[in-house]
Amino acid sequence: MACVLEAPLRMSVLSEVTASSRHYVDRLFDLDPQKVLQGVMLLYLLQQETSSTELRTECAVVLGSLAMGTENNVKSLLDCHIIPALLQGLLSPDLKFIEACLRCLRTIFISPVTPEDLLYTDATVISHLMALLSRSRYTQEYICQIFSHCCKLQHWHSCGFKSLPQPLLCANGPDHQTILFNHGAVQNIAHLLVSTSYKVRMQALKCFSVLAFENPQVSMTLVNGKHKVLVDGELLPQIFVKMLQRDKPVEMQLTSAKCLTSMCRAGAIRTDDSCIVLKTLPCLVRMCSKERLLEERVEGAETLAYLIETDVELQRIASITDHLIVMLADYFKYPSSVSAITDIKRLDHDLKHAHELRQAAFKLYASLGANDEDIRKKIIETENMMDRIVNGLSESSIKVRLAAVRCLHSLSRSVQQLRTSFQDHAVWKPLMKVLQNAPNEILVVASSTLCNLLLEFSPSKEPILESGAIELLCSLTQSENLALRVNGIWALMNVAFQAEQKIKSDILRGLSTEQLFQLLSDSDVNVLMKTLGLLRNLLSTRPHIDHIMSTHGKQIMQAVTLILEGEHNIEVKEQTLCILANIADGTTAKELIMTNDDILQKIKYYMSHSNAKLQLAAMFCISNLVWNEEEGSQERQDKLRDMGIVDILHKLSQSSDPNLCDKAKTALQQYLA
Amino acid sequence: MADAGAGSLHGGDSALSCLPEEQELSQRLRRLYPAVNQEETPLPRSWSPKDKYNYIGLSQGNLRVHYKGHGKNHKDAASVRATHPIPAACGIYYFEVKIVSKGRDGYMGIGLSAQGVNMNRLPGWDKHSYGYHGDDGHSFCSSGTGQPYGPTFTTGDVIGCCVNLINNTCFYTKNGHSLGIAFTDLPLPAMISNQFMELLQEYIQHLFKSNLYPTVGLQTPGEIVDANFGQQPFVFDIEDYMREWRAKIQGTIKRFPIGDRLGEWQAMLQNMVSSYLVHHGYCSTAAAFARITDTTIQEEQTSIKNRQRIQKLVLAGRVGEAIEATQQLYPGLLEHNPNLLFMLKCRQFVEMVNGTDSEVRCFSARSPRSQDSYPGSPNLSPRRGSNNSHVHSTGADSPTCSNGVLSTKIKQSCSKYQALSSSSSSSSSSSPSSVNYSESNSTDSTKSQQHSSTSNQETRHLAFLSFFYLSDSEMEMEAEHYPNGVLENSSTRIMNGTYKHEEILQTDESSMEDNCPQRQLCGGNHAATERMIQFGRELQTLSEQLCREYGKNTMHKKMLQDAFSLLAYSDPWNCPVGQQLDPIQREPVCAALNSAILESQNLPKQPPLMLALGQASECLRLMARVGLGSCSFARVDDYLH
Repeated sequence: MACVLEAPLRMSVLSEVTASSRHYVDRLFDLDPQKVLQGVMLLYLLQQETSSTELRTECAVVLGSLAMGTENNVKSLLDCHIIPALLQGLLSPDLKFIEACLRCLRTIFISPVTPEDLLYTDATVISHLMALLSRSRYTQEYICQIFSHCCKLQHWHSCGFKSLPQPLLCANGPDHQTILFNHGAVQNIAHLLVSTSYKVRMQALKCFSVLAFENPQVSMTLVNGKHKVLVDGELLPQIFVKMLQRDKPVEMQLTSAKCLTSMCRAGAIRTDDSCIVLKTLPCLVRMCSKERLLEERVEGAETLAYLIETDVELQRIASITDHLIVMLADYFKYPSSVSAITDIKRLDHDLKHAHELRQAAFKLYASLGANDEDIRKKIIETENMMDRIVNGLSESSIKVRLAAVRCLHSLSRSVQQLRTSFQDHAVWKPLMKVLQNAPNEILVVASSTLCNLLLEFSPSKEPILESGAIELLCSLTQSENLALRVNGIWALMNVAFQAEQKIKSDILRGLSTEQLFQLLSDSDVNVLMKTLGLLRNLLSTRPHIDHIMSTHGKQIMQAVTLILEGEHNIEVKEQTLCILANIADGTTAKELIMTNDDILQKIKYYMSHSNAKLQLAAMFCISNLVWNEEEGSQERQDKLRDMGIVDILHKLSQSSDPNLCDKAKTALQQYLA
Repeated sequence: MADAGAGSLHGGDSALSCLPEEQELSQRLRRLYPAVNQEETPLPRSWSPKDKYNYIGLSQGNLRVHYKGHGKNHKDAASVRATHPIPAACGIYYFEVKIVSKGRDGYMGIGLSAQGVNMNRLPGWDKHSYGYHGDDGHSFCSSGTGQPYGPTFTTGDVIGCCVNLINNTCFYTKNGHSLGIAFTDLPLPAMISNQFMELLQEYIQHLFKSNLYPTVGLQTPGEIVDANFGQQPFVFDIEDYMREWRAKIQGTIKRFPIGDRLGEWQAMLQNMVSSYLVHHGYCSTAAAFARITDTTIQEEQTSIKNRQRIQKLVLAGRVGEAIEATQQLYPGLLEHNPNLLFMLKCRQFVEMVNGTDSEVRCFSARSPRSQDSYPGSPNLSPRRGSNNSHVHSTGADSPTCSNGVLSTKIKQSCSKYQALSSSSSSSSSSSPSSVNYSESNSTDSTKSQQHSSTSNQETRHLAFLSFFYLSDSEMEMEAEHYPNGVLENSSTRIMNGTYKHEEILQTDESSMEDNCPQRQLCGGNHAATERMIQFGRELQTLSEQLCREYGKNTMHKKMLQDAFSLLAYSDPWNCPVGQQLDPIQREPVCAALNSAILESQNLPKQPPLMLALGQASECLRLMARVGLGSCSFARVDDYLH
């Protein structure tokens, strides 16, 4: 009892002290169990309906101060079930008390140790918070802050690259967005964007940047929902654009650029809209400038990378804006040699951000060079660019490695660069190293890059194969990860293109027939297509065809039959018919077709198919079979005539399609000779 | 052909100024470069038909440039400069050029050059010349070899060139996208400062010719470009860029370190505020301020009140009384200031015409006309509208005062005025005419409105003061209690808001007009007119006397002439010299008298605050002259709300 009486006085002193002296706060939560008890006591007092509101408010204030201490403090408080207690407090009629509870909740929720889900355990909490939004500027500020931290995506950075096949979204993100959206978050928070309090405006803006991220539903509503969201007679994008003005605080410019970026990527704003082209993009480029803080530069570059990732016109504009490509080179100069000497604090700061800066720069370079050859050239011509990528590939930080690979991947789309700078810097070496035991997200991009480096004109192809790439790629095709399977088989397809016999044998051996058929029955059409492409590449030049068919003929014919009978799209069937045409080009391999009536009937069927592509592919088969300079051509011609092929050829020679017509005539000529 | 057109246009510059597009240009230029004094340093508005190479043709109001040379090689390059150099007071200057046609090879250069740089060249090739070239996208910084800078540009592109005179850099834009800094360390615009510098200046200018002009250069046939010096909205959002720099510079000012002198600083600011209040006679506010800040007021309370009383008399148009009061309170003052006295007398004459001076008012006191916006009898203490509640009224002993509605001492807060007025009106029911009574009621209502605007003024005015003094909340409280602030300033040309007074006085006037739709000479009273004419004679005599004693004074002559001219018109309020009757004209007279009184008391005739303001404004003007661009974003007006 004595404690209760004494408490208000002591605590008000305490709360004053704690806000300023973190050291003291930390000491409160010593390992000393008695100190922890203090927190429990406060919580107890807080929950006592019989305590006076002043006392309960003081308790909430002190708890808030304690929560500002170390992560351990927050953990201890969470262990005491502080969140339900504080949420309960929000039901009080007293505004001061509610504000104190919200402030404390805010502090707890922004801590990285607090699971976001704790906010969503009780469905009524969100609607109550929405209702409290109208109470005061403090409730507005704290609630917005809580919301924006409680639907934060865990992988903001990785999410920037959705075009990658692997979904990197954290499981909770979209759910939280939807929950908040369904509770009318957009309507409730929109008018706070024009609040007189800067803090409220800022927190509301942050809330939107999180809500809209990768969320078309929220993004569309922000632009022009069913119920137009107007604030002071203006649409939200107009308000965001105003917040981009150059005299606004940098934090505000950056956050509102993020909102607009999300809205653009979600398709709610066109990429050629002036608010993107003339406002958002230049703003983000400015955020990359040397004048900005390191954190801002990281965020600016990442957001810009996301904005321009899939739009070549935006990439072009960004590439000429404010010397961005040169500006980004500066991201690699941390910690600078100057900072090491002059000032330890600065060195520490630089070191902390060095990785983040590098990965952000790599990401942005990757986006910039995604489509335009001239931009790629400009990037590679930037001072020491290739060296930086090569170094980046072997950095310890996964994030940097990933971004470096991504950058390399983007640049590897250039034929010219593959032949020149990629070769000069022996990029393949570190790349092969990255491929060893890397996490999947890196493997996906690295193997994709490898695909490009294995193209037949790439001078790196040979050394890469010598270093055991085939084995690696074959193992990738067995991965559970779809993207890795595609990349593995794709790379093998590239390797097999015009390859020598030994390499082809290596591939077949490495892959094993079993695996090959596994791939041919893969549920993903991409895998199937690339596997067929691989087969087609393997089955080229006559000796190779005969050799392979002599060893794998039976299985291949089976597979081909299966695919032609199955329900596949035109491209798949076309590719399969092309394989047959290649087989028909072999010397001994021909017989595998001629002796297979089932296949012959299928070829006949496709000659009269409604799709010209398939007709043409089937014609290639026939043409190869009836070619009369080869041994046994007479028998084949006879057999095919008996099947009625010649009649079809005559019909096709009247075709309006010049390709088909030509092909049919050539085939008929073989009969005449 | 183009040249002929150009020539005619050049001559007709002023004639064109009334065209809507020309007006729009002027408006845009004023908005973009508010700090530029265009009379001193005109802004570029078109290409110069004189300052160009022969191979350049101009058309479309000297905005379109086309190439008409052979275009064989670089020796055939040709440039044209704008009519005027870029004034430093722009702070940030911007123009755009649209490529109408790239012609044969698109060898076009856009940039800046100083006067005298060879025009048979593209901008950038020579000293004091800077350019960005379309064919290779290189920038040329006073050199024949370019540096890789930006993308190439061609037909349809809009290229902008922005000169930042604060950090002396330049960047270009292409189709609204900033391409990044092209040049650093541009030469500072020429200085035209004081006389000593001028000689040196001329020499320097001769050597370096560092005033930069917008310049374009072309080199092959068919090349055509159009300039936009503000005729049209720009593609690039230059205003946003300016906003950023304004914020930067204002941030610098805001964060200007005052360091250890903090205490000293505050004392100085308090002193400035206090002296300002005292100067203008806001004695209660000044007293309250002194009490809160624990400072002392130099001048005695009574002295302040005296000055305030006199000022109010003048502003109410009762100059005769003001002279009387001055003579009584400050004997010898006017005798030593014959010019001031003459000025006052002239004003008195004007007020007689107006019907407001007490010498004529006494004749017309009973007429409804007397219910104008400056009510009160000669015996009433000066009062600007009846809402001036804190003034110690002496009206209680003037029963003749029919319209002295608030003749009892009223010390209540003015917010209660409305209620009060009705009660006091009833107490004045002894007034001779019931018409008067109802009239006074109606004036009351207008006045109470007037009051709200007045106290508003005061608050605004004090908010401005709070810029100098940090704890403003109490000041504003004061303001509500003592809304006497309408009489502020008018003493100097630097003053923040003359328009404010206009605003109020116009309100006053409209209320006056409400009351008397037809204004008559001396209030339409015959006796008053007689008195006026007599006074006029006295004035004439005084003028002659002064002339004998001090020699001819053209100023006096003019004043007298203007005043007498009023009588030449049947409706003096709507005549060429009728402006004199405007109550706003009382203000300079009032300020002069106030300053004279202060001077006679050995007090500064101008408040230090006004001096500081004046100094700041002058400093900014000087910055503009010596080429410091930041002056354009640190305008005194920005701080006067």
